[in-house]
Amino acid sequence: MDLELDRVSVDGIVRDVSLSAGTGEVVGVVGPNGSGKSTTLRCVYRALRPSGGAVLLDGRDLLSLPPRESARSLAALTQDSHVEFDFTVTEVVAMGRLPHKGAFDRDTGRDRDLVADSLRRVDAGHLAERSFLTLSGGERQRVLVARALVQEPDVLVLDEPTNHLDIRHQLDVLALVRGTGLTVLMVLHDLNLAAAYCDRIHVLDGGRVVAGGKPVDVLTPDLVEAVFGVRAHLVPHPVSGVPQLLFEHPEVSP
Amino acid sequence: MTAVRVARTSPLVVLLVVVLAASVVAGVALGPVSIPFGRVVGFLQAAFTGGRVEAVDAAQYRIVWDIRLPRVLLAAVVGAGLSVVGVAVQAMVRNALADPYVLGISSGASVGAVAVATLGLFASLGIYALSAAAFLSALGATALVYLAARTRAGLTPLRLVLTGTAMAYGFQALTLLLVFQAPHGEAARAAMFWLLGSLGGVTWGALPVAAAVVAAGTAFLLASARRLNGLSMGDETATTLGIDVVRMRRRLFVVTAGMTGVLVAVSGAVGFVGLMLPHLVRMVVGSDHRRVLVVAPLAGASFLIWVDVAARLVAAPEELPLGVITAALGVPCFVFLMRRRGYVFGGG
Repeated sequence: MDLELDRVSVDGIVRDVSLSAGTGEVVGVVGPNGSGKSTTLRCVYRALRPSGGAVLLDGRDLLSLPPRESARSLAALTQDSHVEFDFTVTEVVAMGRLPHKGAFDRDTGRDRDLVADSLRRVDAGHLAERSFLTLSGGERQRVLVARALVQEPDVLVLDEPTNHLDIRHQLDVLALVRGTGLTVLMVLHDLNLAAAYCDRIHVLDGGRVVAGGKPVDVLTPDLVEAVFGVRAHLVPHPVSGVPQLLFEHPEVSP
Repeated sequence: MTAVRVARTSPLVVLLVVVLAASVVAGVALGPVSIPFGRVVGFLQAAFTGGRVEAVDAAQYRIVWDIRLPRVLLAAVVGAGLSVVGVAVQAMVRNALADPYVLGISSGASVGAVAVATLGLFASLGIYALSAAAFLSALGATALVYLAARTRAGLTPLRLVLTGTAMAYGFQALTLLLVFQAPHGEAARAAMFWLLGSLGGVTWGALPVAAAVVAAGTAFLLASARRLNGLSMGDETATTLGIDVVRMRRRLFVVTAGMTGVLVAVSGAVGFVGLMLPHLVRMVVGSDHRRVLVVAPLAGASFLIWVDVAARLVAAPEELPLGVITAALGVPCFVFLMRRRGYVFGGG
């Protein structure tokens, strides 16, 4: 299932953002703080109604679909993860089944298997019976990724999926996301992770898309300096060969 | 981690149903005039199967059938209703400190009720004047809170709580003004008593409406249980789970406000039940609304029957307001359980 943003605008924050993610493609959105990344994503997972333009899912306007139906195709990891009540990890992950269930449907064996399996995939099987509120930030993040998987979507929309994760779990979660074969649109802060795990990258600055394409074509030192105000050097990764950026640290430069 | 959680809910539900049945019998038997349990069961059998009651037992039968039974059943309905509404309101405004009265509806109801008690309005309606006035002013308060809290983005949790709380202060000020301006002390005393909740003088008349409203509201909330779980995770997350958050919160507001209005109209503003029972239940069965909303009404019904028994007995023949008993029983019990079980409140 492919996802397309067609000239999406949100008053004063995002202007004419057009980008796309083809079926099975992993697409990253990067940009400085306040560049409109999260706002763009909020339009995709329907937390925000764009003031102009449209989000298209397989060519159909997302807003024309009932919320339940779009939730069966598109799952999201948001930045808003404040929970007021004491749910267990299993209960939180099982909420991913919500768009597939009627008012009085019971959880089936398949639902329970999906939940247990997703928890194992994010290396959180041992947390199943824990209270969600007692988890660390990184553990919570992994559990929420598991919930998105349990939703059995075709498209994953992830707002900083590596937030709070230690380096091993950052790599694990991104590898997992790639391995699902789903269409993925995600905001990442770490340009090198974006370069390593995304098929294509879009760069946002001041609410507009300023570049888009393969990481090696997009993440040039010139662009990084223009958008982020940081001098960088592009080097191939010694093992994988993917482009990686080395940043100059002004205060320690000779 | 909650240390004590039941693995399965169904045995607990069976137990609570048995406890509720026993509580009804005990609630009918106990009072200033005690009636042996066996007789109560016999009278109830006679009443429901059309059996005969000996002439010498007629007085006791009258107490059981005309006074105690409607009162006990209404206590059960009110206890169940307040518990269920408490659960729903806490999820709706995503705030563990919320209770059925946080939206200002009960304070609004008390303005009408106290106006009737002290100024003698609606005298033509007789004994229903108080309930009718309470319900009408609860409706008025609901409309005011709804209109004041509404934004382009629908009803947001914090706005609802803040608007409800602010309005409640206004309504309380009006209520107090009425109480202090009351022409004679007796009217003011009656008004205060009503404010703290009472089931004295209940007849069969109030029961069907209250029971029907609580049953319908509980059924609606049970059908929404999964989505209440989703709503507890935050509006954005709920949206990604396919919930139309704006519409759901609006419906929840209407349902909980309607239930609260009816409950306050028949029993006054019984405090603490709607705040405490939801938490007590969550401590035992966890936070999944599919379990909480089954267990809470059963637990709340039994709880309020016993509160009402205590209200009749503690200072007999005087009656105490229910709010005094719920607070006296509830506060220590709540603090004890909260400390002992390492129960995790929200916000962590």
